Amino acid sequence: MNRTVTIEVKQLDRVVIRFAGDSGDGMQLTGDRFTAETASFGNDLSTLPNFPAEIRAPAGTLPGVSSFQLHFADHDILTPGDAPDVLIAMNPAALKANLKDVPRGATLIVDTADFTARNLKRIGYDENPLETGELDGYHVVPLNLTGMTVESVKEFGLTRKDASRAKNMYALGLVSWLFQRPVESTITFLQTKFASKPDIRDANIAAFRAGYNFGETAEEFSVRYEVKPAHMATGTYRNISGNLALAYGLVAGAQRAGMPLVLGAYPITPASDVLHELSKLKRFNVTTIQAEDEIAGVGAALGASFGGALGVTTSSGPGISLKSETIGLGVMLELPLVVCDIQRAGPSTGMPTKTEQADLLQVMFGRNGEAPLPVIAAQSPADCFAIAVEAARIAITYRTPVIVLSDGYLANGSEPWRIPVIEDLPTIDPDFTVEPNATDDKGAPKYLPYLRDPETLARAWAVPGTAGLDHRIGGLEKEDKTGNISYDPANHDLMIRTRQAKVDGIAVPPVEVDDPDGTAKVLVLGWGSTYGPIGAAVRRVRKVGGKIAQAHLRHLNPFPSNLGDVLKSYDKVLVPEMNLGQLAMLLRAKYLVDVVSYAQVRGMPLGAAELAEVIGNLVEETEGIDDDARHLGAAAAAVKHGEALADQNGHLKTEGAR
Amino acid sequence: MSTVELGMPSLPNGLHGVPAATEPQNRKEYVSDQEVRWCPGCGDYAVLAAFQGFLPELGIKRENVAMVSGIGCSSRFPYYLSTYGMHSIHGRAPAIATGLATARPDLSVWVVTGDGDALSIGGNHLIHTLRRNVNLKILLFNNRIYGLTKGQYSPTSEPGKVTKSTPMGSVDNPFNPVSLALGAEATFVARTVDSDRKHLTSVLRAAAEHRGTAFVEIYQNCPIFNDNAFEAFKDPETRDDAIIPLVHGEPIRFGTDGHLGVVRDGFASLAVREVADLPGGESDLVVHDAHTDDPAYAFALSRLTDAGVLHQAPIGVFRSVERPAYDDLVRQQITTAQETQGTGDLQSLVTGADTWTVN
Repeated sequence: MNRTVTIEVKQLDRVVIRFAGDSGDGMQLTGDRFTAETASFGNDLSTLPNFPAEIRAPAGTLPGVSSFQLHFADHDILTPGDAPDVLIAMNPAALKANLKDVPRGATLIVDTADFTARNLKRIGYDENPLETGELDGYHVVPLNLTGMTVESVKEFGLTRKDASRAKNMYALGLVSWLFQRPVESTITFLQTKFASKPDIRDANIAAFRAGYNFGETAEEFSVRYEVKPAHMATGTYRNISGNLALAYGLVAGAQRAGMPLVLGAYPITPASDVLHELSKLKRFNVTTIQAEDEIAGVGAALGASFGGALGVTTSSGPGISLKSETIGLGVMLELPLVVCDIQRAGPSTGMPTKTEQADLLQVMFGRNGEAPLPVIAAQSPADCFAIAVEAARIAITYRTPVIVLSDGYLANGSEPWRIPVIEDLPTIDPDFTVEPNATDDKGAPKYLPYLRDPETLARAWAVPGTAGLDHRIGGLEKEDKTGNISYDPANHDLMIRTRQAKVDGIAVPPVEVDDPDGTAKVLVLGWGSTYGPIGAAVRRVRKVGGKIAQAHLRHLNPFPSNLGDVLKSYDKVLVPEMNLGQLAMLLRAKYLVDVVSYAQVRGMPLGAAELAEVIGNLVEETEGIDDDARHLGAAAAAVKHGEALADQNGHLKTEGAR
Repeated sequence: MSTVELGMPSLPNGLHGVPAATEPQNRKEYVSDQEVRWCPGCGDYAVLAAFQGFLPELGIKRENVAMVSGIGCSSRFPYYLSTYGMHSIHGRAPAIATGLATARPDLSVWVVTGDGDALSIGGNHLIHTLRRNVNLKILLFNNRIYGLTKGQYSPTSEPGKVTKSTPMGSVDNPFNPVSLALGAEATFVARTVDSDRKHLTSVLRAAAEHRGTAFVEIYQNCPIFNDNAFEAFKDPETRDDAIIPLVHGEPIRFGTDGHLGVVRDGFASLAVREVADLPGGESDLVVHDAHTDDPAYAFALSRLTDAGVLHQAPIGVFRSVERPAYDDLVRQQITTAQETQGTGDLQSLVTGADTWTVN
């Protein structure tokens, strides 16, 4: 088939694309593949998978819709994007569930196969929205993707049901054409994934190619888009999700300490992938124990640490609640333990597949007695690697449980990662005690398990099997140095203060402030996964002339030692969080600074535009500009990341070229 | 989903992999410098003395013995032994010991627990440790009462028991710890009595040598809150008729002059009968076979235990069968992975297959 219309190639600097369909339609896989193609092309990118907790909600219903959003650009980007430029909707429910997020002017590629009266009625459409005019202003591309898929794979003799299951690959092929993505990696992927099922393999590849070729030949599209590779620091990159980065970081931390890694874990969304990944890494001397419950998971990890391994447990908020008593035991025993809390929306079961950062106060204080422990938080998917290595360093060096905070957004989201050189990572010295470290009254050598390093206050740690250093430790209060049971009032006070001092004295890097010309009056301070949205919002504000400083905390306990001075050097400090102001509470309590809390708890990442508006308004308020005279917030919210798009509306459009 | 053949590492002995002592040891070496703080007359003293006397027999390095306990009177046990030890939190000792035993095949790991610790707050960890068959030894001191919290009924207390928390009598149906362990398909299950040092030691020895989880219930007297709960097994007047002795390969016969015996009774059940009333006499008695694969036999034996006030119960090794230990299987998978895939190049792992380079 020859085209009669020449295909125009338009340059875009960024695109947000969302794939949406039934839970069983393979939207996550489709998104993953498009991401891999985009990563290998060299764009910067950020992803947001969004799926229901139900594995397969009834087909064609709104609760069953699963989606995957990808933002890719020719420059450094920070978020998966607030609003899609392109929505691929595989059924009516996917269109209805996602349309509210899609601004007019965007492109809707819709599979029309399921747009029957019955299906439409089921989700509350009395009429076919493709025909009522309610989609005016969108560039709608209605295609019978399912029908074309079935047609394209008919030579493989599959049932219609099996054949239609390749429709996600057909759609992927089409958008791969539209955005000029390299396709080799997807073909290779399909060959490997379905190696044992040649019919399915060939059908998927055929559907993928057919979708690509449809774009090429069908005249449905007269424009293709090009998003050039991003300028990034030199190095070798890959795309990585937060949970995978976390798993690799844990292994790296253990290796740099020369210790075996033992994970005790119980499956829980969204942490299970860390268990899955680590269970594949046995060759790295990684032991994974899928325990009978959350308590046993952390118990097994602590037992392994007692034996000289790096014990790790991974969970989410409800599991952390169950582990609290054992974590407290770890505080008392002063043994290394890494506890990863991949936060999800709570309380209780909450919204398991949605993100939140409302466990901060739980991990800071959710134990009986004075039980301080270090808390660190990853700020992006790739940062989960570095934060895991940091957790291992602190846990082993200071003989303490460490809480690592991630969340569902970081866990499942992905971004390009400049691959570190493992050999360049600092080594961690477990500094096991192997000889007596004291003498008794008679001058005979003896071992004191709670004798401390004067600098770090870390205790002398001898592991079972070390001759002459046998000792007993436990949850009862222990005498200073000897570790013997003690009910002495002064000793208890000393030990409480010593454990606190040890955690307070952990060496953490100073917080860095991004304040380009040093004249900003407002600081926006975040922690965890809000790093991306806050950074994007700050860029928007600066784009329209606002002066704003930004800082982000990776260490939440102890705080960086310069944090108090930083907070006090700004007129206003804005703290955006996906909770009701938990960091804000800690900052107010510790530094007596009247920070401004911005709290959104919707189970979704903060939006860059809304945040830009809040920041802009606060900047003007601090400058004494009256309410009705303010414009910065609105202007910042309206900025499309400050980068020009292909058309005036700022949205991807193809209509004009037809 | 699919299954694979695991391969069955069959290790001969519970102490396989634990380094041998270079010198003979004595009891005193296993006595720690801590003052023992149980109530006078507590059955725990006898168990401690027997344990301290028994450990040197194992011929393993003292520093390779690790004791893990939970919370309760018996859980103070590790403090009094000069081995490595952890006094952990209520009910969690089996979970902690599972991690320790899996990480350290060179340790002989023992869990010391009580009826409340193991069967109430820690019941889940107990059954899962038993089903996994982790190579560790569990000593459950059963005094049928909560001692440390001063006298509430426990999950092994007899129905109707009047305690501080049950002034009108306990309405709970108790666990039979041996039945519970067998229900979880424990590979080694035994029962002994605190006051019979010889029998206690023989059971401990068999437990130590068993590869996998060995579960030992020890009837232990609490002189303060539940005195004489096991008197029937100690009083010379009653003990011969109270103790149903389980000796592998021997007919189960007991009582003064051996007048009682255990016979098969209906579907998967056993019963105690007067030997004189049996048509075949002793030849009708069950010959104890602890190696019987089907746990139903040992379970039937366990049901000969009185549920209420104890007058009669089997004592000895109910079950001792071979099954691969969890920790051995876990370590074998690591070894296999390293043999077939190499010991792992972390740089190549984190780099992955899909990369791009920016110059």
